[in-house]
Amino acid sequence: MSHHEQDPRIKIAKRVAQELREGDIVNLGVGIPTLIPDYLGKKQVYLQSENGLLGMGPTPPEEKIDMDLISASKKPVSMLPGASLFDSADAFAMIRGGHVDVAVLGALQVDQSGEIANWAVPGQRILGVGGAMDLLAGAKKVIVTLTHQTKNGDPKLVKTLTYPRTGLRKADLIITEKAVFQVADGQLILVEKDPELTLGQLRSITDAHFEIAADLSVSFK
Amino acid sequence: MNKYKKADEAVKLIKSGDTVLVGGFGLSGTPLTLLDALTHHHAKELTVISNNLGEEGRGLGKLLLSGQLKKAIGSYFTTNRDAVAAWSRGELEIELIPQGTLAEAIRAGGAGLGGFYTKTAVGTKLAEGKEVREIDGEWYLFQKPLKGDVALIKAAKADKLGNLVYHRTARNFNPAMATAADLVIAEVDEIVETGTFHPEEVVTPHVYVDVVVRNRYVKKGGKYVVPS
Repeated sequence: MSHHEQDPRIKIAKRVAQELREGDIVNLGVGIPTLIPDYLGKKQVYLQSENGLLGMGPTPPEEKIDMDLISASKKPVSMLPGASLFDSADAFAMIRGGHVDVAVLGALQVDQSGEIANWAVPGQRILGVGGAMDLLAGAKKVIVTLTHQTKNGDPKLVKTLTYPRTGLRKADLIITEKAVFQVADGQLILVEKDPELTLGQLRSITDAHFEIAADLSVSFK
Repeated sequence: MNKYKKADEAVKLIKSGDTVLVGGFGLSGTPLTLLDALTHHHAKELTVISNNLGEEGRGLGKLLLSGQLKKAIGSYFTTNRDAVAAWSRGELEIELIPQGTLAEAIRAGGAGLGGFYTKTAVGTKLAEGKEVREIDGEWYLFQKPLKGDVALIKAAKADKLGNLVYHRTARNFNPAMATAADLVIAEVDEIVETGTFHPEEVVTPHVYVDVVVRNRYVKKGGKYVVPS
């Protein structure tokens, strides 16, 4: 990464922040999604945390930390004016019942139909799922965030998932540091692309088939 | 009616082979005093239903190290390395359930329902062996209710009748678990006179609570610590 290039995770977080609308009820998954609140500016969204909080605020100063007030990542948080508290069953009724506008999920892989894998790695011990499957099944809109390739350079946007899938529900929008894809009719459609990358270069690092939007933007910096 | 007991007396009501619901999300809203007391009690071969297994050597993590657990049912155990190791050695059975399905299965257990259909986990490894059916054009899987012989829960305060109020996100699984076991033991920071709570602030009505014990931990710098 040269000095003028930004951290891909931050680039992705900034782009998701643009996607969220004023007043949205949003659940942020672990990893890249937790960076998003820093880039919302004046846009007011309401963060839902599945351990029982709507109206989650930023990390409090040291003297105000209370481990009875934590995020789903078990980190100390604060409450904003208008916040509400509820139990886990109600928190997931809110999610499953379609009352959360957007879930932003991290993912290990996405296939070319928009199906995602974000909870388990083949061959490794599968001892945790948390709320990943509930969020995917229940949120009104699912935005998936992931870096475009693995550390070894393998594509994460694949023809067929090799990791266990998280559910039948497909993502609505996929955001990497290189491109933005919409999912429509079981296909990926490239809607934005990093200007420093040709289409050929993008295809060479993307295993999944994708269509190109008629109004493709090449200004995703 | 006096529901108050000391923690070491209360845990004597737990028998070997029992299924025990344990409240908490990580260590937040976990009945630490009851779990400590349980490690000094003979009950073993326990099946625990809890979102996590605490942390290494803390909360339910302590009960794991004391060798009293046979099986854990919950949503996320990877944050306790001891749990992963015990499972690898074949010393601990694990049943993984998505977090929302876990919470709802406990609520169903407490509400006298025979289960429910959910879209969560359809088409995944966690759906294996579960009945799947189509309802109004979408696929759902059947989840049976979960109940316990005993529930160990944590609240902020109880009144002398056993009404409970909670503190912030330490509520988590506790209210649902309070409804879903034959015997419910609530650990609280403070016991107040009946009538102190406004009826609208009571989250768990006293009908669900059998025994109340006092938390011996104190809060310091936002964390529960053993009093010095």
